[in-house]
Amino acid sequence: MTNQAANDRQKQETSAMVGPPLWLLAELTYDCPLHCPYCSNPTQLSETKNELTTEQWFQVFNQARDLGAVQLGFSGGEPLLRKDLEALVKYSRDLGFYTNLITSGIGLTEKRIGKLKEAGLDHIQISFQGADPELNDAIAGRGNAYQQKFDMAKSVKAQGYPMVLNFVLSKQNLEQITDIMRLSCELEADYVELATAQYYGWAYENRDHLLPSREQLVEAERLVNEFREQQQGKGPHFIFVTPDYFETRPKACMNGWGSTFLTVTPDGSALPCHSAKMLPLTFPNVKDKSIGDIWQQDFSFDYFRGDDWMPQPCKGCDEKEKDFGGCRCQAFMMTGDMHKTDPVCSKSEDHHLIQAAIDSAIEPSTPILKRVNQKAMQHAKNTQLSIARTKV
Amino acid sequence: MSTPIVPQKISPTMTPSLNPMFRFQWEKAQDCFVLLFPEGMVKLNGGAGEIMQLIDGKQNVQKITDTLNNKFPDAGDLAPDVHEFINTAIEKKWLYHD
Ligand code: SF4
Ligand code: SF4
Repeated sequence: MTNQAANDRQKQETSAMVGPPLWLLAELTYDCPLHCPYCSNPTQLSETKNELTTEQWFQVFNQARDLGAVQLGFSGGEPLLRKDLEALVKYSRDLGFYTNLITSGIGLTEKRIGKLKEAGLDHIQISFQGADPELNDAIAGRGNAYQQKFDMAKSVKAQGYPMVLNFVLSKQNLEQITDIMRLSCELEADYVELATAQYYGWAYENRDHLLPSREQLVEAERLVNEFREQQQGKGPHFIFVTPDYFETRPKACMNGWGSTFLTVTPDGSALPCHSAKMLPLTFPNVKDKSIGDIWQQDFSFDYFRGDDWMPQPCKGCDEKEKDFGGCRCQAFMMTGDMHKTDPVCSKSEDHHLIQAAIDSAIEPSTPILKRVNQKAMQHAKNTQLSIARTKV
Repeated sequence: MSTPIVPQKISPTMTPSLNPMFRFQWEKAQDCFVLLFPEGMVKLNGGAGEIMQLIDGKQNVQKITDTLNNKFPDAGDLAPDVHEFINTAIEKKWLYHD
């Protein structure tokens, strides 16, 4: 067999093995009115003028749906800043997508909630930074944000949507956890994500100011369990996610790299996860290649599939099917080598870096950073968490 | 006469309806019916798909069972299956009932 033929055969085998990108995250714009210090988005941002057009997004939706994508998240930045959001919702809904809007709530109006409903939007997720105006607005870096979010959450439920609230927990707001759960009940949320920030992008820079202590987390988890017991099966479903820094095994990478999840960024880059842009890999662009080619054949999407790429101790580890060696982005950020075992794993030779990070967060030595340039700060997304709920 | 063993909570006159939080549809790529909800999906097996297709908030459990018994005459009495699925679906909050 010639090399070419061998390559072709291997390609075919790969695409036969690869399931559909069930989850498509459309990051419509990098623009955002908020300034959260835990923002998990890339620290270098693109210009809005390179954003995909309405037509280009339509094409992305078509191609992804053909491959079997079914969940579609509109996020950003702040997706409400796209004037064609209603058109994008309508188009994708008509294709059969379940459409999720992931928003900070800033820029939402009762009227727009209604127009999105007419367009066929299925669900709205609103992120909060705290349980009261003082703390919320201090973290978000914008006055009045809390009241706006509160009013919009009320309106979302009044207009009959399922609603998810996302609270990004950090040591700044963890003490409010009971108030946060009460607020969620008052707002009649269906699901509530109580998730500690993922330490990528800006959140990594600000980790010392965000990462709670183990004692804080244990106490918060106890309060969540206590609250759940009082609920007696009624009210919101609370999902509490602790940072993996306190574990001895890493979280599974999104069901496996390139297995379920596809992000398209505002300028059309296709990524296996929204943080992957930091990695020294060249990612394809939907302007040059179809979603099918990207998903089934692109080098970067194939790169961490399976276990051929794995070094020790992962390669010989009997848990590799469970966590796929952990997060590539975390390995890269902490060790400089994206192939290495996620340092969260106690079998990793770099595990001491995690303990060092926990210790250093007890007394931060640098001031907290806020992203202000290009007014482009992004609200946090917890896509890792979301995928955990995608039962496939 | 043999009485099928059915979960007690479900009565033939009960009318189930889909919780508006969920969307039910056929997924070609999965080759099955699915329930979609915020950021998630449940795949339904063939039997569950058949039952779910008949749930419209108007037909009661008896009617649904009759329709399925007519559609699959060789399958024996489907009442226990219908009851069991609807029971589970109510527990999982996929379905509401009057
Ligand atoms: S776990 Fe890490 S590498 Fe995997 S998708 Fe998430 S951020 Fe990316
Ligand atoms: S060694 Fe690798 S595969 Fe094994 S548990 Fe740790 S991260 Fe997972």
